[in-house]
Amino acid sequence: MSTAAVTDRRPSTLRGARLPKWSPWAIAAGSVLVAVAIGLAAGLTSRIQWGLIAAILFVVGTYVIAGRVEGRRQAKDRIATSLVWVAFLIALVPLISLIWTTLARGVHDFNLYFLTHSMGFVADSDTGGGIYHAIIGSLEQVGLATVIGAPVGVLTAIYLVEYGRGRLARAVTFFVDVMTGIPSIVAGLFILSLMLMADMQPFGFAGSLALAILMMPVVVRSTEEMLKLVPNELREASLALGVPKWRTILKVVVPTSIGGIVTGVMLAVARIAGETAPILLLVWGNAFINNNPFSGAQQALPLYIYQQYANSSGSPAAYDRAWAASLTLIAFVMILNLAARGIARWKAPKTGR
Amino acid sequence: MAKRIDVSGLTAYYGSHKAIEDISMTVEPRSVTAFIGPSGCGKSTFLRTLNRMHEVTPGGRVEGKVLLDDEDLYGSGIDPVSVRREVGMVFQRPNPFPTMSIFDNVAAGLRLNGNYKKAQLGEIVEKSLKGANLWNEVKDRLNKPGSGLSGGQQQRLCIARAIAVEPDVLLMDEPCSALDPISTLAIEDLIGELKERFTIVIVTHNMQQAARVSDRTAFFNLSAVGQPGRLIEIDDTERIFSNPSVQATEDYISGRFG
Repeated sequence: MSTAAVTDRRPSTLRGARLPKWSPWAIAAGSVLVAVAIGLAAGLTSRIQWGLIAAILFVVGTYVIAGRVEGRRQAKDRIATSLVWVAFLIALVPLISLIWTTLARGVHDFNLYFLTHSMGFVADSDTGGGIYHAIIGSLEQVGLATVIGAPVGVLTAIYLVEYGRGRLARAVTFFVDVMTGIPSIVAGLFILSLMLMADMQPFGFAGSLALAILMMPVVVRSTEEMLKLVPNELREASLALGVPKWRTILKVVVPTSIGGIVTGVMLAVARIAGETAPILLLVWGNAFINNNPFSGAQQALPLYIYQQYANSSGSPAAYDRAWAASLTLIAFVMILNLAARGIARWKAPKTGR
Repeated sequence: MAKRIDVSGLTAYYGSHKAIEDISMTVEPRSVTAFIGPSGCGKSTFLRTLNRMHEVTPGGRVEGKVLLDDEDLYGSGIDPVSVRREVGMVFQRPNPFPTMSIFDNVAAGLRLNGNYKKAQLGEIVEKSLKGANLWNEVKDRLNKPGSGLSGGQQQRLCIARAIAVEPDVLLMDEPCSALDPISTLAIEDLIGELKERFTIVIVTHNMQQAARVSDRTAFFNLSAVGQPGRLIEIDDTERIFSNPSVQATEDYISGRFG
C-alpha cells in the first residue's frame, strides 16, 4: 500500500521550477560577452553601441530563459526587474561619466594656490591665477539670495498649509507653480530692467535678487510638502492645551518638520549656486577680488567657468582652470547636500527608548 | 477647579452639514460623565464643542450655549485659547510631541503658554506624572523621547500633559480604544482618581467601560444616516444600564442594534 501512496503523490502546486540565485548575473555576463563578440565581429567602434546591445540581450535573454524554465508569470516578473536594472545603469552612465571627467581634468589645477588667488593681472590665456574672487562672489551672492529667498519661501509655505483658505491661497499656489517654471534668464532680465530704470551699474546683490526669485518657489514647494506631513493630531494636541495657533506652528509644527525644511532649502541653494544666466546679466564678472556685493562687478563660479571657456580662444591653461572651477562647484554643492542630510538626520524626531 | 458645564440648545455644523442638533445637558463637577452611542452619532463632535476644538476643523461652527460655571464659552469676547486652557482634552490616539522628551511633553502646555515659574516646572511635571500613574515607570528616563513609550504609557503621558496645565474639565475622546486591556485598566483606575479633582467627560464605545467608570451616562443616537445626531437621554449610569426610560437606549445597551 505504501508504494501506491508514493506513486499517488502529485507534484506540489506551490513549488515550481526556479532559476538559481546567480542566474541574473550569469545572464548579464553572458549578454556582455555576446555583445562584445557582436561588436568586434561587426566592427562597431562605439562602446555605447556595445552597451546598448548588451542591455537588449540581457532583457530579451532574461525573458526567454525565465520563460522556458519558470513559466510566463515569473518571466514577466523577471523582465520587469531586468528593465529596472538596465534603466538604473543607463541613468548612472552620465552621472559617473560627468564626475569622472570633471575629476580627471579638474584635478590638474585644483590646489591651494588656485583656491586662494584671483585672476587679477593674469591674462585668460596665461597659466596661473585662481578662483578666490569667484568663490567669494558665489558665497556672497548665494548667501544673500538665501537670506532673502528662504524666509519668504518658508513663510509662504506656512501660510499655505496652516492658514491658506479659499481664493488667495489658490492664487498663491498657482503663482508659485508659474514661478517654478521661470527660466533663469527671464529672472535676470526682470532685475536688469529694474536696474536700468534706476540707472545702476552691475553689482553682486542684483544677482542675489534674481537668484532669490529662482529659489523661492523651490523652497515653498518642498516646505509645503514637509508641513503637510506633520500629523494633524499634533496640532490638535497643542491647541487643546490652550496654546495659541502661532505658537503651535512655531513650537510644534515647524520643529517636527525642521529636518525636511532644511533639506529643501539646501537643495534650493544647490540649484541656484550653478545658475549662470542672471549672473552674466547682472554681476558681469570681474577678474579682481571684490568683497563688497553691493557695489561693483563681482565674479561667480559658474560665470567664471563660462568665461574661461569662452574668452580664452582655446588656451589649455584656461580650460584647465575651467575644469578645476567646475570641480570646486560640484564639491560645493556636494558639501551642501551632505550638510543637509546631516542636519535632517540630527533634527529628525527621535524614536529611541 | 472642577467646574459645572451647562449646555442648552447646542447645534453643530460641518459646513452646511448639521452634525448634532439641539443638545441640552448638565455635567456635574467632580464626576465622570460618559457619552455612548453608535458611530457617527456626534458624540465626539459634541465633546469637541465643549472646548471649542470643533471650530478648528474647517467649516466647523456652533449654535447654542455652553455655560462653564455661568460663563458662555461661545459668548462674544471669549478667547478660544483661554477656553482650552480651562477645558483640557485627551485624544483617541496617543499623540505625544515627537520632537520633545517625556519631561518636555508634560511641560509643553506650561512652556508654550509662557505662564510658569521655572523653579516650579520640575515639581509640576513630577506631580502631573504621578497624577497620571506614570511617574514610577519614567522617572529614570525623563529626557528620553516620549514616542519611545508603549501605547498605554503614551496615553498616560498625554493625560499627564493635559492635567499639567490644571484645567477645570478634562474631555476624553475614546482614550482607551487604541489600548490593550491592561493599559485600559490603568487608565480607568486613573479616571477614578482624577474625578476627585476634575470634571471628566469621556466618550466611549465600550459600554462596560461606561458602566465601570462613569457616574452619569448620556446616550446619543441618530434617526438615520445623514441625519444629525441627538441626545436621547442622560441619567445616572445605574439607571441607564438597568432601567432606562427610553426604549432605544435599552435596545442599544442590550445589543438589539448598533
